[in-house]
Parts: sequence; structure tokens; C-alpha cells
Amino acid sequence: MAFSLAALSYIFALIIDAFLIFFAIFHIIAFDELKTDYKNPIDQCNSLNPLVLPEYGLHIFFNILFLVSGEFFSFILNLPIILYHIHRYRNRPVMSGPGLYDPTSIMNHEVLSQCQREGWIKLAFYLMAFFYYLYGMIVSLISSG
Amino acid sequence: MPAPPMNGPPSGPPPLRPDVRPPLVNGQPGPPPGPPAGPPPRPFGAIPSRVNVSGSAPNPSPTTMEATSLLNGYQRPSPPINLPAPSGSTSTLNEGHRSHPSQSLIGQENSSKPSHRVSHRMSPVPPNTSSSYLHASVNGAPTTVPTTTVSSKTSVSEPQSISSDRTVKLPPNSGINVNGTFQGNISVSSSVPTPVSGHYSVAASRAPQAVNTPTTPAVSGVPKTYNSQVAGTSAHLQASHSSGSQLVSTSMSNSSRTVPPSPVNVSSALQGHTVGSQPSTRHLPPSVRPPSTVAHGSQFKPPGAGAYAPPSAVGPSLVSPSLQASISPLQPPFRSPAQPGPPQTKTMGPPVAMVSTLPVGSTQMQVRPPTSMGPPATTMGPSPTTVGLLPNSVRPPLPTMGSVGPPPPAMGPLPPSMGPPQPSMRPPPPSMGPPLPSMGPPLPSMGPPPPSMGPPPPSMGPPPPSMGPPPPSMGPPPTSMGPPPTSMGPPPTAVGYPPLSVGSPLPPVGPLPTSMSVPPSMGFPPTSAGYKPSVGPPPTGSTMTGPHHGLPKGHVQQPLPGQEMMPPYQGQHQYTGGPANMTQLSQELGGLSVTRDGWNKGWGTHQIDLLQNRQVLPPGGVVPPKPLLAQEYLPNCSPDVFRCTLTKVPETKTVLQKSRLPFGLLIHPFRDLEHLPVVSCNTIVRCRSCRTYINPYVVFKGERRWECNLCFRVNELPEEFQYDPVSKTYGEPSRRPEVKETTIEFIAPQEYMLRPPQPATYLWVLDVSRQAVDTGYLKVVCDTLLTHLDKIPGDRRTMIGFITFSSNVQFYLMGEDQRHVQMLEVGEVDDVFVPNPDDLLVNLEQSRTLVEELLAMLPEAHGNSYHTQSALGSALQAAYKLLSPIGGRITVMTTTLPTVGPGALKPREDPNQRAGKDIQNMGPATDFYKKLALDCSGQQIAVDLFALNSHYVDMATLTGMSKFSGGCIHHFPNLHLARNPTSVTPFVNCLTRYITRKIGFEAVMRIRATRGLTITNFHGNFFVRSTDLLSLPNINPDAGFGMQVSIEESLHNIRTACFQAALLYTSSRGERRIRVHTLCLPVCPNQHEIVTSADQEAVVGLLCKMGVDRCLSSSLSDARDALVNACIDALTAYKMGLSNPAHGALEAPPGFQLLPLFVLAVVKCIAFRGGLSTKLDDRMFAMCELKSMPLKHLLTFVYPDLYPIHLLSEKGALHIDDQVIPQPGRLHLSAERLERAGAYLMDNGNAILIYIRSGVSSAWVEATLGVPSYAVIPQPLYEDALPALDTTESNLLCNFVMHLQRNKPYHAPVVVLKEDNPARMLFIQYLVDDRTEGSHSYVEFLQYLKTQIK
Repeated sequence: MAFSLAALSYIFALIIDAFLIFFAIFHIIAFDELKTDYKNPIDQCNSLNPLVLPEYGLHIFFNILFLVSGEFFSFILNLPIILYHIHRYRNRPVMSGPGLYDPTSIMNHEVLSQCQREGWIKLAFYLMAFFYYLYGMIVSLISSG
Repeated sequence: MPAPPMNGPPSGPPPLRPDVRPPLVNGQPGPPPGPPAGPPPRPFGAIPSRVNVSGSAPNPSPTTMEATSLLNGYQRPSPPINLPAPSGSTSTLNEGHRSHPSQSLIGQENSSKPSHRVSHRMSPVPPNTSSSYLHASVNGAPTTVPTTTVSSKTSVSEPQSISSDRTVKLPPNSGINVNGTFQGNISVSSSVPTPVSGHYSVAASRAPQAVNTPTTPAVSGVPKTYNSQVAGTSAHLQASHSSGSQLVSTSMSNSSRTVPPSPVNVSSALQGHTVGSQPSTRHLPPSVRPPSTVAHGSQFKPPGAGAYAPPSAVGPSLVSPSLQASISPLQPPFRSPAQPGPPQTKTMGPPVAMVSTLPVGSTQMQVRPPTSMGPPATTMGPSPTTVGLLPNSVRPPLPTMGSVGPPPPAMGPLPPSMGPPQPSMRPPPPSMGPPLPSMGPPLPSMGPPPPSMGPPPPSMGPPPPSMGPPPPSMGPPPTSMGPPPTSMGPPPTAVGYPPLSVGSPLPPVGPLPTSMSVPPSMGFPPTSAGYKPSVGPPPTGSTMTGPHHGLPKGHVQQPLPGQEMMPPYQGQHQYTGGPANMTQLSQELGGLSVTRDGWNKGWGTHQIDLLQNRQVLPPGGVVPPKPLLAQEYLPNCSPDVFRCTLTKVPETKTVLQKSRLPFGLLIHPFRDLEHLPVVSCNTIVRCRSCRTYINPYVVFKGERRWECNLCFRVNELPEEFQYDPVSKTYGEPSRRPEVKETTIEFIAPQEYMLRPPQPATYLWVLDVSRQAVDTGYLKVVCDTLLTHLDKIPGDRRTMIGFITFSSNVQFYLMGEDQRHVQMLEVGEVDDVFVPNPDDLLVNLEQSRTLVEELLAMLPEAHGNSYHTQSALGSALQAAYKLLSPIGGRITVMTTTLPTVGPGALKPREDPNQRAGKDIQNMGPATDFYKKLALDCSGQQIAVDLFALNSHYVDMATLTGMSKFSGGCIHHFPNLHLARNPTSVTPFVNCLTRYITRKIGFEAVMRIRATRGLTITNFHGNFFVRSTDLLSLPNINPDAGFGMQVSIEESLHNIRTACFQAALLYTSSRGERRIRVHTLCLPVCPNQHEIVTSADQEAVVGLLCKMGVDRCLSSSLSDARDALVNACIDALTAYKMGLSNPAHGALEAPPGFQLLPLFVLAVVKCIAFRGGLSTKLDDRMFAMCELKSMPLKHLLTFVYPDLYPIHLLSEKGALHIDDQVIPQPGRLHLSAERLERAGAYLMDNGNAILIYIRSGVSSAWVEATLGVPSYAVIPQPLYEDALPALDTTESNLLCNFVMHLQRNKPYHAPVVVLKEDNPARMLFIQYLVDDRTEGSHSYVEFLQYLKTQIK
């Protein structure tokens, strides 16, 4: 039995989502370290910035798969976060490299707490999405089978 | 020697309040609360040691223990402050573990181990007083002093500091009588009768030999580190060098250019550096370790030295209470002749108690009176009758009452005279008349007719005069009045409410309504509660004639029923009276309630109706509110150094939110101080948990332990701390300077260094493009530098280097072995490399002649430059590479937009949009400069920017290089030697100050706050390295910082909240020092109290900084709105706290009356203004200034000082050094304040503008300007604007101007402007109270606020 494109997209989503969860955890830990003085903001930004675009890219990638395979509901579930990512990146501080975080402003309390909140929310979203994708995968596999 | 007279516990205070807050004070059980300051008496002659330094310390030293504990232990492995590693990032860890020569410890005082004798001596501070601010540093230069000898008599540290801190050591056995000259300044020994000034040097000094040994080991390690670093860079250089780029060497000796390809010898680089560093290490020990001498070297300016005396420089603790209270920005306490006593000040310690009462001054006084009132009233009994009879005589007193805030207090004591109402009342005199008489009686009767009078408030009555106005408004007062008697003691806030709850006596009610109907009569009732009964009927009273008089008396006797009744009475009265009519009436009368005013003044809570009271600016200058601590005898940090926007800290977040005020700190940490105690000890006592430095607010738990006032951990007290070197007593830790001074400097031991202290290193990066050469600035810079070469702060290790740039980058070889300066030109700007680094950055002393040669010929060498491009970015990169092994300061002078190489920019400003509502392009165009700054910051390099442009240079982007590297920014638009000669003087003055001012290298500043408080945002120039740590590669005395604070945890059960700022830096003489400022504020749960006790100046200062952030993150109009909203919020919050706010009035507490004025000025200042054409660069520079200026200068910048100078007189003048300095009152910045026949002086911080109106008398013109009349005053007049003529007027004016100049970092140019000259706009534009295009006038602004405040 060959599984459908939908099943394939869910499988990809499942795997990628696992990565995203790790990204989110890393993000949270990184900001927590900043808050507790363990890390220098320059180093921290240097380690966080390269991960921003991959994360966004991966997320958009499986959403395109959803779109192609006609899984519109899943796509709409993810739409807000895609829009948020785009918005976030467009309003990033002036910087020459890729990334979002500016070591000179990241220590501002608002920025710090905003980033931390963002991390937790994303983690929660990805976690729930993980199970949804699992469910979606099984459903599509069964239906195609 | 029996010293202790001065040390004696602050007699008054401690005893007074023991019950209030015993534990918090550092006072021990047996309050040694010794006067915080008295220099412990010490016999000079008896130098010998009482303390033994044990070479082999019995216990391996507290220090080591401390150090190790740091590492192992706490969440913060790193001591709050430590030297950032050169590499920048993780370097925060304390290296304390290495090296702790045990010898360094001072043993307990057991004579059994007399290995080394430590002598404690006073260190007299040489009076370094030069007549001018700028030159001050010169005097101190101890060049002649051999640094190597520890025992040298005078090793002065930090010569360049104006007079701040000096440690002078005397030979151990020298019986030098320091007192002679310095008596005033230094408190030396107990034998000296006069407790000399605040400082005594506590010297726990080891013998010189001992000193050297401990340090050497550490030193030896040094060279290595340097080498390795250097090696790295040189390798790098070589690599890049080999890449093959054009290298041109030009011999400048004869200014003819030859272009032989000169091979650059890079290999020699290493040696140069090692050499440089080694000597330094050698010097270090001596200079650094002056045998741990604690030199409380406060330097009070000797009377003779006239020149400068930063007014505010006085440490709070030192100033005698009375003085402090009177200190205002304009009047430096020190200058007052009376001051001889600096010494006393210190000893005054106890006086602090006085302080408490004094500073509080008005408020406290006011509060108390009421209480006192009570009693008098009783005695008063008889008087009423008499009063009634003599209404006329009575009147006079009242006026003062009503109009003048203070009276209430006085009232108490002087009931008889005071009691009477005032005739002058604004309201209809006729009606008033009657009230007065009636009023009078009440007061006197106060006591006796308890029922009615019961509440002293009636005496307050004076207000009644205002009676005229609506009863409603009047009504309230009474209510408040009622309660007071009972609750007198309590704070004002409580006052308002009580009445409400009180509601019993109905009787009065009846009558009242009736009276209500008749407005006029209404007025009365409130005034004297007692009246009511009688009044009620007298509705007729509207006319208020005889009958009333009679009434009071009669009534007075009736009252007796019960005093207690009264309060309720009044409360009731209002209640009932309140019906619909009330609001109507109040509206009619516009809330002019003198009654309430008087009452509130009595309670210290009076408010000011800003709409009515147009003169809000205190003529004598604004006096910052003083935090009221329960322990009144404790000193607090000088408001010039450390200030909080709220003088009472809200207990919870909710309270803070309700008060709607910004909560934050403003600090000026490296200010030039007149008195700065310097302590050198083996162990700096700090909390093991939060690393707080011991300070006056810690609580001693027994002899051996102390409780940290920030985290409340109980710590052990090291043995060393038990001994007070000054008094040579044991077991009195509270006498140590650390617990007596809120601002103190420690000489840091080894563990505060991650590498040996760096030498002072200066690199100048100068623009030599065509435009730059045209302006002629190069000549100015070179000449100034040449003149002040000797005054550059530093020691023998000082290094200097030069780089110039146009479309390529030029370097100058000045190696010691060279005979002439050689110029190397690097054309490859995209990937710039540094040729021959060791000869580019040279030792100033060794290459002195070459440096001078270079400076002399540099202007001509580039005189015919035709490069119009600017490769600023490349030059900066080269500078960074050159300096990165050492750290130091890069000074950049640029006149044009960088156009080639990295960091090239494009013009972004659209001249047509300059007056727009919202300005674009306020953010950086590229992050090149910011990244460069961060790199620099990591290598301990600061970049200072001088923008001398006449065209757009994109300050928004360029300033990034200074903002994030802890540098400073200067902007001199349109500087041109020929075309704009007037712009040159300020530039030279600024440059001179810049070159010679004190400087601290590789600095970090950490701010700690009581647990529960967190610092959220920082403002200023620095890089935030962790949540509370600022990395400041350089720190200069003109840098100010702001922080916002939030309350994370409620401060329940905490009485005081403390903030401590610790600045760790390397002085220009290679000493590692820590300057610690501690501020202590009471915690308060009451929102209204917090609002009324806010510090308006600090609030404005913080709002400016927050506004700038808002501009950059959002938009200009947003920021303006936010500023105005902040003002609205503050006034709204205040209004919410009032029990019965007046309708139609815009009320503000006295401590807040200037808020709208200042906020309006901020909105109109260059940074935030809209509607007026403002160059983007000017705007951006102003924003940078707002972010980084110290508060005092910021306020002058925002709201310039305006003085009338045509009437200068000796009245109220200061007398300093035989000079009479007149003190004219400040005026509002409004054209209506300018008389036609006047002359005015405006000090806006950067310039002193003298504006002469056409009607001014010729005599005055002749006497001051030396020209016969107004008509012939030449225009514009800049140079020698104020000739020193031999006339009284000229003398006074010149003295006054000099006085203003002394309070500035550098002298401002004096400009004389005539009314009929177009140049007057220079002056007119600062009249911010007036309406301008697109902005409100002050009155309009108030009206607007009123409509917004719900």
C-alpha cells in the first residue's frame, strides 16, 4: 500500500515538529541562562541567531506540504504562527547577519520576558501539534490503507 | 587619646528612635551609632602601630576564604564586579583564588605577634586647589614623586581628579604636622583638637617592604599575559600583511613626501608591548599598595582656592545637616565662608539628627504643628473674646497664613496673633471682613471651646479668609479638620478620610442646609466648626457683619460639650451640606479654597492649584527632596550622585502601579567629588550571598556578625574589621569608614583583577579629508593636545597613538629609536591592516619629542589634502586592532559622512521633512558601528565621538560606536575656524576638559537592589553584560546613567530598600579601585504618600530617557504622547489620593508642581520637538545627551536657568573667597517675565546668553559692558563679552558668571545679544513657557492637562 501525500506530509510534520520542540526548549533555556547571568548576551545571540531562520524554514516547509496535500485544517492551525514569524522577522532590529536577537537590546527586561514567553508558548503549541500530527498521520494512513 | 567627642554616638537620634526601628540601623545594641563621621582623633605623633600585621597570618586570611567561597559557592560565582576579561565574554569570574598572600592580612590586635607593625596614620590630603576646574588636575600631578618608594611622603593618586581622592602617605615615623595648612581639610589625629575635616586616613598600613612582597608575585604573572595577547595580534598582522597591500611610508620630517616602499617590521611588535607592560607592573605595587592606608582624603577646598567648587560635590554625610538642607544646586555648601568646618561636618556625624529635622524642613514641621496646636488652643481660651473685638489687628497675621504655606505650624505657637483671619483674602473683602473676626475667635478659643474648636484646624481657619468661595470646597476642609485633632500625629493622608467615617452629630446638620442655600454663609461654617451652630441660622451671614462676630463668642462658650464631638461634627456638617448645591457651588467658585490650603499646609500635604499659581519655579533653585529614614542619623547618598525618582519605595507592585510614576534611579557614579574617602584594606567586607559591600545600612548582630541589608543574610565580620585604625579601638565595627560613608572608594586587592591593570592608552583617530582640513579643526586639536600633553591623566606607562583617515588610512610611526615621525599610508580600506603596531602606539614619555613633532606638523602635512572621501569605518577597524591587546580610549573626530570602505553610509535625511510630525531614519542604517562597539567593549576599548560636521553625518548610525562601548559623544555643528569663529571656543574648552579630565579604564558597574526589586532597563552609554552588570570600557566624570526598577516581590516587613552601585575601574595611574554608592529609601505602603514624596526632577530625568527609547522603538509623536501621558498619570494618581479634590482646579503637591513645566519643556526640546525645523543630526545628538547626561546638566539642558541681571545686588549673595556672588532668583522661561528695561542671563548648559532689552538703562550698560549705551553695543558679541570693569555691577556680574561656569564641566561661551538683533533668536527659542508654532504654551498645557485628568 502506498500512502497518500497527506500521510506523507503528516509524517514529515511529525518529524520536523520534534525538531521544533527541541528548538523551543533550547530557546527557553538560552533565555533563562541570560536571565540568571550565566551567559554573555553576545555569545547567546551568536548561538541563537543562526537557528532562527532554520526554525522558520522548517515550519513553513511542512505547512507547504499540508497545503499541497490538501490538509487545509492543519494548515490553518499553523497559519497564525507563520504570520507571527513573518511579522517578527520583518520588524527585527537592524543587523547585518540573519537572526532576530540583538545583544544590545536583548537584556532589556521587556525583550527578555517577551522572548521567554514566546518560547513557552511555542513549546506548548508544538507539543500539542505533535500529537495532532500523530493523530493526523494515523488517520490518513488508515484511510488510505 | 580620648577622642571620641566627635565619635560619640549621634547623641540625639539613636536614643530617640530606638523603639522605632532598632535593628535596621547599623547601630549596635549599644548604639555606637557613633556619629557617622567623626574623624577619630589620633595623636599624630603616636604613629606606631597598634595593629600588627602578621606576616604569617594566623588564619589564612579572611580574604582568601572570601575569595574561595565566591567561587564555590553561590549562584553568582562571580563577584558582582570584576574585571572583565580582555576577551570580554565569560570573564566575569573572579580570579580571587589566585594569590592571597597571607601576609596581607591584618592580624587581630594581639601584640604577641608583632611581625610587622602597621601604623595607622592620617593622610593629609594636599590641598589641590587650582583656580579653575580645568586646571585642577595639573596641580596634583605627582610627576615628581617617585612612585616606587612606598614611603614617599606624597604619593598622590589620581592627580587628574580634581581634588577628589588622594592618598598621601606619610613616613611612618614622621611627625609631620599636617594640620598646619590643611587643618580645615583633614582631620588627623585625636591630639588635634579640631576634628578636622571629614577625613582621616585610616591606615592599616604595612611596612613598605611588606607591601612589596605580596604584590610582586602577582606582578610577575603579568607580562606573560600581555605577551600572549600581543603575539596573537602580531601574528594576525603578519598574516594580513603578507596578503600584500599597498604600503606607503612617508617621511614627515621635512614635510616632503617620499614614497619608498618600506618594509614593515612586524616582528618587533612583541617587544614593544612587553616592555610597556612590565614597567607598569613594576610601578604598580608601589602606587597601588600604598601600604594599605585608608585615606579619607576628603578635600575641602581651602578657602583660598577660589576657583572651583562644584556645589553639589559634597558628600551628603559630610555636610553638616544644616548645610545640607540648604544646599541647592546653586549654592555649593563648601563655598560658604562659614564652612570652615568641613571637618566638623564629619564629626558632626550625630548632627545627622539635625539633618533629619532640618531637611525635612517644611514638611515635617508642618505636620507637627497641629499637635502642638492642641495644647495652645486650650490656653487660648480667653483670647477669643479679645480677638473678636480686634478683628483688624488680627487680620495681618492671616494673610501670611493663607498665602504662605508655612504658617500653619507657626500658627500653633502664636495663636493669639495668628489666629485672626487675613484681611487680604482675595474674595470679596466685605464678606471677608466678617469672617475674619469670626475666624479670629475660633483660633484662640480653640482650646477652650473644644466642641467647636476642638480641632485645631479651626485655627487653620486662616483659610477661611478665602471663605468667599463656595462652601462646598470649604466644607471639605472642615472635615479634614475634624479628624486631625485626634490623629494629629499621623500623616496627612489619613486626615482626609476620617471625616467620612465620622458621622454622628446631627445638630449641625440642620443648620447647615439652611446655610447652604446661602452660599456666602456657607463659606463660614467650614472655617470654624464651632460656629456652625450659630452660623446655621445666620444664613444672613452672607453679608457677614457684626452678628457673626457676636456669634463666635457666644458659640465658643457653648462648645464645651465635648471636644471629641467636634470632629464628627464637622464631618457631618459636610456630609449633609453636600447635597446638590455643593457641586454647583464648588464649580462656581472654582475651587479656590484657602481653607483647605491652610489646613493641608499644616499637615504638610498642601497642594497647589497650578492654574492659579503661575509662579511655580522656586527662585532659589529646586531642592531635591531628601529621603526620610527612620534612622535619621544615618547619612544618605548625595542626590547629585544617586537619586531615585521616588523617595519612598512602594511596598508592592500594585501600589507602584497605582501611583503611576516611573520608578527608577539616576546615577552619576564617577562624578568629581570633593570629598571621597578612600579605603585600602586586605579584605573588602562583602555579603557572601549577594556580594553587597558593607555599608552604613547593614545591621550588626553582635560583635562578629552583620546582616546584609539587601539580601538579609547574616555574615561573619572579619577580624580585621573589628579594629578601627582611626581611633585605634577594638570591637567597634560601626566606626569604620565603610559603615559611615555612603560613597566610598576601595583600593581593590588582587582578586579584582583578571589581568594587571592596563596603562592609560589613548588613540586619536582624526579626519583629514578635504572638508575636515577646511574647517581648520585639526590645528585646534593638535594645539590643544600639545598644550595639555602633560595633563593627560596617566603615569609613566601612558601610551598614545594617532591614526588619520580620508579616503585611505594613515598611520604614524613614532618608535623610540626613530629620529622623525614616519607616516604609513594604507590604501586598502576594505580590508585594512595595521602595519608595525608597536611603533604606532607608543609610550608618551619615551616618545615625547616625536609626539610633539607630529602634533606640530600634522595640520600642515594634510594642508593640501584633496581627498573628499571618508574611510571612517576602516580607520576604526584599524584602531580596534591596534588597541585590542591593551584596551583604552579611541577618540574619533569626523566631519563627513563615511563613504568608502566598511561602514559606508548614505545620506538619509530629507531636508523637507525636518519639521514633520514624525521623523524617519532615527534608527541606525547599519549595525557596523554597533558591532564594532561591541567588539571594542569586549577588549576594554571605548570609542568617543566628536562630530564636527556641517552636513549630515548620520549621527543615528555613528553614535552606535560610542553608545555601546561606554564612550561619550560630542557634537559641534558648523565648526569652522574662519567662517564661524564663535564655535571654536566651546570646542577648545570641551576638548581641554576632555583631555584632562579624570578617566577610569576597564570598568564595570553593578547595581544591586534589595531583594524583591529588579533593575529592568538601563539608560546611558554602555553594554549590558548581564542583568545587573554594565560593561564600561571607560568611565568619565561626565557620564550619567539611568535605570528603571520594577518590584518583583512585595517588600512586606521591610522598612527600607537600598540600592548599591559599585563601580570597579582602573585609574589612570594603574590602580584598581572600587567606588561604591549606597542609597537607602524608606518603604511605604501608601500610594498617596509615594506620589507626594516623589522627586520631580528625577522623574523628569527618567522620563526623558524613557522617551528617547520610545522614539527609537516607536515614533516621535508616540514618545511625545507618552511624555504628556506620564505627566497626566502622575497628577491623576495624586488627585485620586485626595479626599476631596477641588473641582476646576489642577492640583499638584508642592513636590510636583514643576512636573508639567518640565514635561512641557522636554516635549519642546530639540530631541522631541515637532513643527520646528530641526536637523536630524542635532536631534539625534540631543537624544544621546538626554540618555547620558547627569541629571543636573540634563535639567539645565531641558529647562535653562534664566536670571535677571540688571538688578544684581549683594542681597542674599554668597560670599566665597572674598568674592560676592549675587544670587538672583530664577525666572520662568517666558517673555512675559522679561521687563522692557531689563537684561537677562540664560544658562542653557552649553552657553551663557545675555539678552539685553532695549529699555535697559545706559548706566547699567556702561557699567557692565563698557559701552555708553544700548544702541552702541556691538553685535553679535562673543569674545570678551563681559569685560571686567571696575564697577560694582561689572564685578557682581562677572562673579556671577564665573560662579555659573564653575558648575559646568567646562566653561561655556558668554554671548551678548541685543533685543533688536536677529541673533536674539538664540535666546528666544529657549522661552519654552511661551507658545510656539505647533506647541502649547504653559498655560494652555495646564488647561489641556486639566481636561485629561479625570
